Amino acid sequence: MSGRDAIMNRIRNVLNATDAEDDPRRVAASARIDFPPRGVIPARGQLGLDGRIKLFKKMAETAAATVEKVSGPGEVPKRLAAYLRKHNLGAKLRMGSDKRLRSMPWAEERALQVAIGPSDGSDEVTVSHALAGIAETGTLALASGRDNPTTLNLLPEHHIVVVNAKDITGDMETMLDMLRERFGKGVMPRTLNVITGPSRSADIEQTLLLGAHGPRALHIVIVGGK
Amino acid sequence: MQITSPTFKANAHEALHDAQLQRALGNVRSGFIHKRAKAVGALPEFEELRDNAKAIKDHVLEHLDIYLETYEKKVEDAGGKVHWAETAAEARGIILDICRMNNARTVTKGKSMLTEEIELNDFLEASGIQPVETDLGEYIIQLRGEHPSHIIAPAVHLNKDQVEQDFRRVHTEFAQDRDLTEPEQLLSEARQVLRQKYFDADVGITGANFLVAETGTSIIVTNEGNGDLTQTLPRVHIVVASIEKVVPTLDDAAQILRVLARSATGQEASVYTTLSTGPRRDNDPDGPEEYHVILLDNGRSAMLGTEFQDALRCIRCGACINHCPVYHAVGGHAYGWVYPGPIGAVVTPSLVGVDKAGHLPNASTFCGRCESVCPMRIPLPKMMRHWREKEFERGLNPAVARYGLKFWLWFAKRPRLYRLATYLAMPVMGLFGGHKRRFRFLPFAGGWVRYRDLPAPEGRTFMQQWRDRQTINQDARG
Repeated sequence: MSGRDAIMNRIRNVLNATDAEDDPRRVAASARIDFPPRGVIPARGQLGLDGRIKLFKKMAETAAATVEKVSGPGEVPKRLAAYLRKHNLGAKLRMGSDKRLRSMPWAEERALQVAIGPSDGSDEVTVSHALAGIAETGTLALASGRDNPTTLNLLPEHHIVVVNAKDITGDMETMLDMLRERFGKGVMPRTLNVITGPSRSADIEQTLLLGAHGPRALHIVIVGGK
Repeated sequence: MQITSPTFKANAHEALHDAQLQRALGNVRSGFIHKRAKAVGALPEFEELRDNAKAIKDHVLEHLDIYLETYEKKVEDAGGKVHWAETAAEARGIILDICRMNNARTVTKGKSMLTEEIELNDFLEASGIQPVETDLGEYIIQLRGEHPSHIIAPAVHLNKDQVEQDFRRVHTEFAQDRDLTEPEQLLSEARQVLRQKYFDADVGITGANFLVAETGTSIIVTNEGNGDLTQTLPRVHIVVASIEKVVPTLDDAAQILRVLARSATGQEASVYTTLSTGPRRDNDPDGPEEYHVILLDNGRSAMLGTEFQDALRCIRCGACINHCPVYHAVGGHAYGWVYPGPIGAVVTPSLVGVDKAGHLPNASTFCGRCESVCPMRIPLPKMMRHWREKEFERGLNPAVARYGLKFWLWFAKRPRLYRLATYLAMPVMGLFGGHKRRFRFLPFAGGWVRYRDLPAPEGRTFMQQWRDRQTINQDARG
C-alpha cells in the first residue's frame, strides 16, 4: 500500500467517509471551495476610496514603509529620480515589462538608466507595479510574471512599488476577488507576494532590525486619488 | 535530534542555573506578551476572528480527506508534484531522491519546524548534501550545532555576545578586528554571507503555513524574506508540510493569517506572505523550474478522532510558549524535542510517545494562560490533564505519587471518614507548625519545602467553614 493510501485510509476510517457523490461531507466541501464564505472582515478598512488611501498610507508607514502620492503616472519618473538623489543612490533602476510602468515618461529623466527584466542581485533599486494595495494593514499584493518578476521584490536594497489608488482595497478578501477576476477562479500566478513593509528580523535579542534578507527600504508611490 | 524529554527534570534544573539562558529568556517575558496585547487591542474583531479561525480548522479536520484530494489535484493542474510520506524516514527519502535527481550539492532552507521534526539537516549532511538555514535565528543555531529553542524565535536562548563569538569563529573571510558589538553589524554580516548561498543552492526547501485546496497554493509567512528567496532562486522548490496544514480557500487562509501574525509577533501583518503555485510558467522570467510538495503524516492522522484532535488546529504561532511561566523559567531546550512549551507538552507525547515525554504535561502550573491566548482556542490544559491520566493508567509516574493518590482516593470516597480525619488532623498539624505556623520540613515533599515553607493549617476545615457560611446565608435570607 502506498503512503498516500495508508494516510487516506486512516483519515477516511475515522471520518466514516464514503465515495458517494452525494456524501454530505463532499457536498459541503465543494460548496465551500466554489463559493468561499466571506468570514469576519474587520470594519477598519471598510471605507470610501479616500478613507482607504489614508488608512493604507498610515498602516504602511506604521510598518516602516515610506509613502508618497502623485496625481498621475506621468509624475512617477521625476519623483523616483528625486527619491534616488535624496538617498544618495545611483541613477539606476530595474523594472519588469509592465505596460503601466513602461509607458511612463522615463526619457524625461535624462540621467536615469532604466534596465528591464529579472534581477541577478546586483540592483540597488527596483520598481514594481502592484496588483493591489490593502488598506487594513498597509499591504501590497504583487503577482509574478514578466511584467513584475519576483526577484525584483526581494533582491534590491530599495524596493519601489507603484500602486494605483483605485486598486487599494479595504481588506485582503477583496484583493483575492480581484485576483480571481484577473487569473480565473482557482488559478493563481506562480507567486503572489503579499508584502507589508521592508524586510526585518528580531532574532538577535528580540531587537527589531530592518533589512534582513530582503529590501532594507520599501517606498510606495500611490498614483491618482486625492 | 535525540529526544531528551525523558530527562526533563534534569534539563530544567540545568536551565535554571544557566545565567546566559536566564538573561536571554528575559527577552521573551518582556517582548512578546506586550506586543501581542497591543496588536490584539487594536483589532476589535479579534475574538470573532479567533472563533472563525477555530471553526475553519474544525471544518477542515472533519473533511480532511476531501480537501487533501482537492489540493493534490490543483497542485498537479499547476504543474507541481505531490508526494505522500507516512513517516519521517519516508519524507527524508523522497527529499533525498529529488536532490539526487537534480545533482544538488547545497540546499537552502526557509524556516521549517517540520524539517526539524524529521531531522532533515543531519540526514542531508550524512548524504553529502550541505543544508544551509537562512532564517537568521536558524542560521545562528546551525552554526552552533543546536536546535531551535522556540518555534518562531529559534535563537531566543542566546545573547548577542554569543552570536558574535560564533560569527568570528565561522566567518573567517572577514577581518578579525572588525566591530561586531551591535546587532545591526551581526545582521549585516549574515545578510552578506547568506546572499551568496541563495544563488549557489540547487534546491530550496521551505515549510508551509497553509496549503490552499481551492488553488493548490502553498503559503509561507516570514519577516526576513529568507523563505521567499529560498523558494525563488534555486532551480527546484520543495515544500514540506504536514497534512493538517490544508485549508479550503484563500479567504480561509486570510482569516487565519489575521490571528497568526498578531498572536506570534504582535504585528498587524507579517512582512512577507508568499503564495506559491506550481513551478515557473512560460511567461515567468524567474522562479523555480520544479515544484514539489511533501505531505507528511508522521502521527497526525492517528490524533484524528481522539481527545487530542484539537491540537491539530495549531498554527505554530508560539503564543502559548510566549505566555508560559514554565517556558519563561526553563526555555525551550529543556523540553527535549522539537516543540517546546504548552503545545510541545501536548503534541510531543502524541508524536514520540508518552513513555518518553510523560514529564512534559506535568511541567505545567495549569494557570491557563496558554489556552487564553491560543488563537485557535486549543484547550491545552485539558489535554495535558488527559496525558496525566494516561501516564497514571500506564503506571509511568513515580510510586510515591501513585500510592499517595490511591491512599487519598480511598479516603475521598468515604466522606464521613474523610471529614472526621481532617477534623482531627487539623489541630494536630497546627501544633506541628510551631509558633511561626509554617512547615519547613515535610516527608515526601522535600522538593516543595526546599524553596518555600508550607503554611500550617489554622482553625477549622473547609467543610466546617462552609457549613457556618450556609447557616449565616440562611439567617440573612430568613
